[in-house]
Amino acid sequence: MITFMNNSDSEEEPCNERTSLMSAESPPVPSYQDGLQASEAGEAQAHRKRRTGSSRSPNNIADGDADSGVPVRESALENEEEELTLKYGAKHVIMLFVPVTLCMIVVVATIKSVRFYTEKNGQLIYTPFSEDTPSVGQRLLNSVLNTIIMISVIVVMTVFLVLLYKYRCYKFIHGWLILSSLMLLFLFTYIYLGEVLKTYNVAMDYPTLFLVIWNFGAVGMICIHWKGPLQLQQAYLIMISALMALVFIKYLPEWSAWVILGAISIYDLMAVLCPKGPLRMLVETAQERNEPIFPALIYSSAMMWTVGMAKPDPAARGPRQQTCVAAEDGRENHRSPLHADSQMSETRSPVPNRPITSFEELEEEERGVKLGLGDFIFYSVLVGKAAATASGDWNTTLACFVAILIGLCLTLLLLAVFKKALPALPISITFGLVFYFSTDNIVRPFMDTLASHQLYI
Amino acid sequence: AFFWLVSLLLSSLIWFIAVKASDPRDEPLQKGLLIFGVMFSVLLQEAFRFLYYKLLRKAIEGLVALSEDGCSPISIQQMAYVAGVGFGLMSGAFSMINLLADALGPGTVGIHGDSQLYFLTSAFMTMVLIFLHTFWGILFFHGCEHRRWWEVMAVVVMHLAVSGSTFCNPLYVGSLVPSYLLMVIAATWAYVLSGGSAQNLRRFLLCKF
Repeated sequence: MITFMNNSDSEEEPCNERTSLMSAESPPVPSYQDGLQASEAGEAQAHRKRRTGSSRSPNNIADGDADSGVPVRESALENEEEELTLKYGAKHVIMLFVPVTLCMIVVVATIKSVRFYTEKNGQLIYTPFSEDTPSVGQRLLNSVLNTIIMISVIVVMTVFLVLLYKYRCYKFIHGWLILSSLMLLFLFTYIYLGEVLKTYNVAMDYPTLFLVIWNFGAVGMICIHWKGPLQLQQAYLIMISALMALVFIKYLPEWSAWVILGAISIYDLMAVLCPKGPLRMLVETAQERNEPIFPALIYSSAMMWTVGMAKPDPAARGPRQQTCVAAEDGRENHRSPLHADSQMSETRSPVPNRPITSFEELEEEERGVKLGLGDFIFYSVLVGKAAATASGDWNTTLACFVAILIGLCLTLLLLAVFKKALPALPISITFGLVFYFSTDNIVRPFMDTLASHQLYI
Repeated sequence: AFFWLVSLLLSSLIWFIAVKASDPRDEPLQKGLLIFGVMFSVLLQEAFRFLYYKLLRKAIEGLVALSEDGCSPISIQQMAYVAGVGFGLMSGAFSMINLLADALGPGTVGIHGDSQLYFLTSAFMTMVLIFLHTFWGILFFHGCEHRRWWEVMAVVVMHLAVSGSTFCNPLYVGSLVPSYLLMVIAATWAYVLSGGSAQNLRRFLLCKF
């Protein structure tokens, strides 16, 4: 399976390392640029899916071989691995497209219909400089300063988290994460529901509201931090990513948002790939200890259950490096609990899984691709901002959406080539930003003129 | 879809530069620039289709090299079809989506003296374009595959003709009718190239296998 492991920087906020593509067991993938191009094209996926079922077990073994660093491989095995990787890779691309698309759809639908999220009602303390200044230079300066503050907060929190993890303060991290997800699931949902009901002028009494939110939140906590049906877990993760993205869209001033998006991708790149980057250290520490990293902050397309990596069997051991690129978005304090949560689930999982080695192997195979929730959040922030502020409306949103998905494809491709943790943000966000600005300023007048004359190209 | 988007981006860039460099009050010039923009965009779209073909060709070669039995899991025809659909969907989405969004709001069609059939004809035109892109994809790839450049030229000429016919709007007879005729021609041509025949069609329609 091709999965990327991205180390996302854990944002300071509890939120965490949400973003990062992580590869679950990734079979050793020798270079397969050509094949990857095909998977990028995406057309082969349907065909590949047919053939994915047959070759699961050799995949895992191949994984183990590659992971143990066996330098000499038979070419046949290599070819087979390549092919398997290709097949799995394409399947996983699709498995990631669906949740990312769903998250974006939820965010765009909310932005377009609920007025609350596009009104300017103040800013967060992380972006103290206002953008209401008359001159362009001053505004630009303010947004850059906002970005610097935000990114430094994120860096500090990430380093803090890594230190906590290094010194095994698991309880603290767990508590942090639980508080954070509690806040997210209850408070933000309450606000969101309130605004949606206001928009559609639907009356709801407090007892009903309490019941609905209580159930939603409680089931969410159980699903995310403990066990639950995979699809329900995925649905909850998508929902909280969407909620977080909406908060960001509302509270980030215009220019700051774009600069922050750009800066975050650069930071992501550095944090994951530099030898001293916090995320890389996080992943390496987790690898040394044979533990999964913050599973609750990662979206997994297959069994999310953190299968213990502490298997004596080297074949099954694959560093499940979950790039937790936490969406730094969580600037708010409640985000921190989220971090703790994932950590908690992480430590919980190795314990029951130890004796079951063969089952774990199967589990790991099934794991599929992992993408950090922060990635979801930032992608949605980009598309949501495009929907909120672009005057060309839907064309721009659509263009950003396609650009992000193509970026995701490319990142998955690179993941299969490099087979280690990779940042999921840079390529997609770059494409997204380029397409946003170019579509808004250049394509829009063209399309408008064409439409007014009813010409077709 | 991405490739179509990039081609649209580049062609809009050219048009934008041309417009900015010219006099905005000169009506015939603006119209001329628009026509130039449209034609250039069509050519650019076809160029990107060709680039996409090249990319897919390499991908197929890679797949064949990797596969166990020497044949690729997905054929070039399937890729041609999907490429066509991608182009068509993107083109259709970009043409229609703002229209649809506006259609949800209040308003009267054609209140300023324009045609009242604006939405209807736009819908039909978009539909025919999506179909055409799909068929052109198949024809184009087939032509590139078998080195029959006249097929490729035929696709480009057809695209130019369809875009050009939209200049007759709002005289919808001038644009819709030829487009649909061209679509029928392209459909039968693509069908024949993909291995269909009248016999296959009959068997399909009568549900016999």
